Amino acid sequence: MALQARIEVEDVSVLFPLYHGSSRSLKKMVVAAASGRLGKDQQQRVVVRALQNVNLRLSSGDRLGLVGTNGAGKTTLLRVLAGVYEPVAGRLRVQGSLNALLDPSLGMNAELTGRENILLRGLYNGLPRSMLPRLEEDVAEFAGLADFIDLPVRIYSAGMVIRLGFALATAIRPQILLMDEWFLAGDAVFMEKARQRLEEMVRGAEILVLSTHQMSVVREWCTRVVWLEQGRVRADGAPEEVLPQYLGTPLEMA
Amino acid sequence: MSTAVTTLAPAASLDLKADMSVASRHSLAVDDLVRGFGLWRLAWTLGWLDIRLRYRGSMLGPFWLTISTGVMVGALGVLYSTLFKMDVASYLPFLALSQVLWGFLGALVSEACTSFTEAENVIRSVRMPFFVYSVRTLIRNIIVLAHNILVILVVFAWFRAWPGWDLLLAIPGMLIWIADALALTLLLGAFCARFRDIQPIVNSVMQIMFFVTPVIWKPEQLGAAGMAKLPLNPFFDLLEIVRGPLLDTGVSGMTWLGALGYSAALCSIAWAFFVRARGRITFWI
Repeated sequence: MALQARIEVEDVSVLFPLYHGSSRSLKKMVVAAASGRLGKDQQQRVVVRALQNVNLRLSSGDRLGLVGTNGAGKTTLLRVLAGVYEPVAGRLRVQGSLNALLDPSLGMNAELTGRENILLRGLYNGLPRSMLPRLEEDVAEFAGLADFIDLPVRIYSAGMVIRLGFALATAIRPQILLMDEWFLAGDAVFMEKARQRLEEMVRGAEILVLSTHQMSVVREWCTRVVWLEQGRVRADGAPEEVLPQYLGTPLEMA
Repeated sequence: MSTAVTTLAPAASLDLKADMSVASRHSLAVDDLVRGFGLWRLAWTLGWLDIRLRYRGSMLGPFWLTISTGVMVGALGVLYSTLFKMDVASYLPFLALSQVLWGFLGALVSEACTSFTEAENVIRSVRMPFFVYSVRTLIRNIIVLAHNILVILVVFAWFRAWPGWDLLLAIPGMLIWIADALALTLLLGAFCARFRDIQPIVNSVMQIMFFVTPVIWKPEQLGAAGMAKLPLNPFFDLLEIVRGPLLDTGVSGMTWLGALGYSAALCSIAWAFFVRARGRITFWI
């Protein structure tokens, strides 16, 4: 790798305007503009403050765990780091190849065969054509679909779909790995195999950012913990400092 | 340790600021375009899969399009050549060409509205150039057009209306179409993501334009005074720069001027809007 992986988040805020509410339709905008209420309307629009003034610096070797209750902004922060949501305030700088494991079925199409889905994922990741056979072999072997690989995903069992999704998501090795907690769920037999593969990938990544409710995973994998509460960083430090504080709060159900 | 994880993700870097200057917004939009072109293989595969999945399980697949266009052209051709008291040999090639080209234009404009909203899941979970979805919409419609071209070929062969080397004169027009199509998907894709009631408006406008533009009727039927005003209609200009050379009826200077002017306007508006809206599209869909 030429450059060391690095993430800098400076004073980032993300707001979600709720377009589905009132200001969505053009008619209302035009009517509001015509009656001179546009400015007022815009200020009164319902906004969810998903992240507020978040500061974060990660460099090669960091293993960060994001903790917080549901709706604290963990997934939003992962999406910001992945470049999906562009900040409305502040600055984000990311250096290094990145793979975000956010959506288990990303780009998967149930009508296509397993093999076609693998190739499609390779294309989504912008892999050169020469890498595609290797990707196919790797995913097919790990997912253990045997003859099902050439049948449409629609007829797969739920377990097979999870295996394929997992194998696909973990097949491409990045410098920066962002991971949402769904990744740690799965059936027991598969879990051990999955865990090995995931650990390998985590070890291979220079930076890991993991969002989870499972404290055992944080203790095992992370060297640093950020506690998010209502879109703000409540605490940031070593797991042994932050976790007791976090678990000590009465609201937490761990 | 096994060799399970082998494939390396391509290197990348990202620098996003809120309150960006116009110049940096510009360079991010240019970057979107360049990387979008770089992913042409993905766009091609997605466009092609769209068609394949749309006709999944049907025996003839997308050739159903060819058949329905063929039947429509045949029926309308006989009916209107009688109504308009025109020679079938001159009317049918005109109708086949116009109908197929308009079919492409109409579907493209309509599908441009959903080019981003249909990719909602992917847009929300991975950073991708938005231009990929534009190219995908264009490719999907070009594939449909390619199937419908068969109808034109059959009709032209039947009436021996083959344009010969004049065919090449349609190429500049087609290039303008491609540029306009991409601009339109960026503009309408983003605009319709923000305002959900644009698409029905666009669809009804296109329906009106179909009747106002000489698609099933010939421009000559308007008479000299009417024909002089036709270049004001952007759809006429665009249709004519491809249709004229193929029918060997020539393209007037005014028509070319109109086509170039309207296209330049469309591309600049689309670009200006895309530069402003690009970072917000994810929040809109």
